[in-house]
Amino acid sequence: MGNRSVVPFGPQHPVLPEPIHLDLVLEDEKVLAAIPSIGFIHRGLESLTNKKDFNEMVYVAERICGICSFMHGMSYCMALEDIMNIEVPRRADYLRTIWGEMSRLHSHLLWLGLLADGFGFEALFMHSWRLREKILDMFEVSTGGRVIFSVNTIGGVLKDMPADMLNDFVRQLDEMEKEIRETTAIFLDDYTVKSRLVDVGIITGEDAIRRGAVGPMMRASGINVDMRKNGYGAYNDIDFEVITSNKCDSYARCEVRIGEIFQSIDIIRQCVAKIPDTEINTKVTGMPNGESIIRVEQPRGEAFYHVRANGTKFLDRFRVRTPTFANIPALTQTLQGCQYGDVPLLVLTIDPCISCTER
Amino acid sequence: MGQFLPFTKQALKNLFSKPATTQYPFVERVYPERTRGHVDIKNDDCILCGMCMRSCPPGAIKVDRAGKSWSINRFDCIQCGYCVEKCPKKCLSITAGYQEPGPEKFSYKVEVPYEPPKPAAKPANIAAATKEG
Repeated sequence: MGNRSVVPFGPQHPVLPEPIHLDLVLEDEKVLAAIPSIGFIHRGLESLTNKKDFNEMVYVAERICGICSFMHGMSYCMALEDIMNIEVPRRADYLRTIWGEMSRLHSHLLWLGLLADGFGFEALFMHSWRLREKILDMFEVSTGGRVIFSVNTIGGVLKDMPADMLNDFVRQLDEMEKEIRETTAIFLDDYTVKSRLVDVGIITGEDAIRRGAVGPMMRASGINVDMRKNGYGAYNDIDFEVITSNKCDSYARCEVRIGEIFQSIDIIRQCVAKIPDTEINTKVTGMPNGESIIRVEQPRGEAFYHVRANGTKFLDRFRVRTPTFANIPALTQTLQGCQYGDVPLLVLTIDPCISCTER
Repeated sequence: MGQFLPFTKQALKNLFSKPATTQYPFVERVYPERTRGHVDIKNDDCILCGMCMRSCPPGAIKVDRAGKSWSINRFDCIQCGYCVEKCPKKCLSITAGYQEPGPEKFSYKVEVPYEPPKPAAKPANIAAATKEG
């Protein structure tokens, strides 16, 4: 038996822009256990509901996360629409789906870049982010913002995308698809990339369920879970298959996310072909009174929203469980038995967003 | 187990292609029409109702009815566009051009030439009746 030692990982670490702390119990170079601790950037989201009314909270909810900002705004609006019994016009549902899938595209491309950076492939990192930049440009053209979009409102969306803009986006995505295929092929085929990913950080389907993993982490362990199949937004009109992989390792997580990139492009194409010509929002009157639970599939996994309103303009409760929070127990499982040098990479494979987690 | 050097093609392509970045100070950045850069006001149309001040999530807008001015702290503004949506006279708009950085926060103040309507004078017969009564 080798020497045991405890090595702190984070909260400041070169591989992570955000603070998470892990106590790694090591035996020589092998990790025996990882004890996570969070809470370095808690922002007190729920207490803000006492100061901002339910309409202003849309803009606060968007700022929970920089990458899934659209999805957070959308889920919050969906929860309020559910409480107030508002039927959203169909076009707004489609527009939300298109922007949601564009968010998934840019999130996954960002993650691929970070992964490449994590194992030291700087050129691949630059290429992934070059592709992501085009999606951000599309966001800026359609919403006016590159990161925070502010297009969601309770009852629909604030901005419409005319047909020529939608067709232009599809044309751009068609061009990008070839480039993305070239870049992602490197992730899937390169010897060096594979040597860092294959058979590293294994979590079986059973363990993933037991630890309550969500999103690509779950799907990479062969479990077919995708909240989009519940049919919120326009997803019940869209034909898509949940992408899963049975390999259970880091390579599988990369494979699932790459598959989802192409799936998102396909969903956007279907939405543009089917989008109906209706209003984009309905007028909302009165105050919310009631309770709602919303589950949406964000790029990183399932986000869970609980909102309770009491008939005044300030909400009673506002609770969000973000995908990274759900994936941390699964992360500790993948870290058990891995090499110390693989820890940064394994932390990256859950696509961590610590600001989301702390809210 | 995987190919050797599949990146070679991409690397060669990089060598003979133009830079992916914009050559910024020499090439001007063109903003799309919808860019949310900063909030602008057409002060001639403003009625100093204060809806923008009450709706602003970070509290960046101040409306002074007595002093007849509208001011915004652009350092606090989050460019959400909620004021633009709430403005009853549609005199607010959000246009391209970001706030430049500075050593301290300050507010932009705009004088508003709005004259509130005078309370309507009582009709003559009612005035006369009150006098008699």
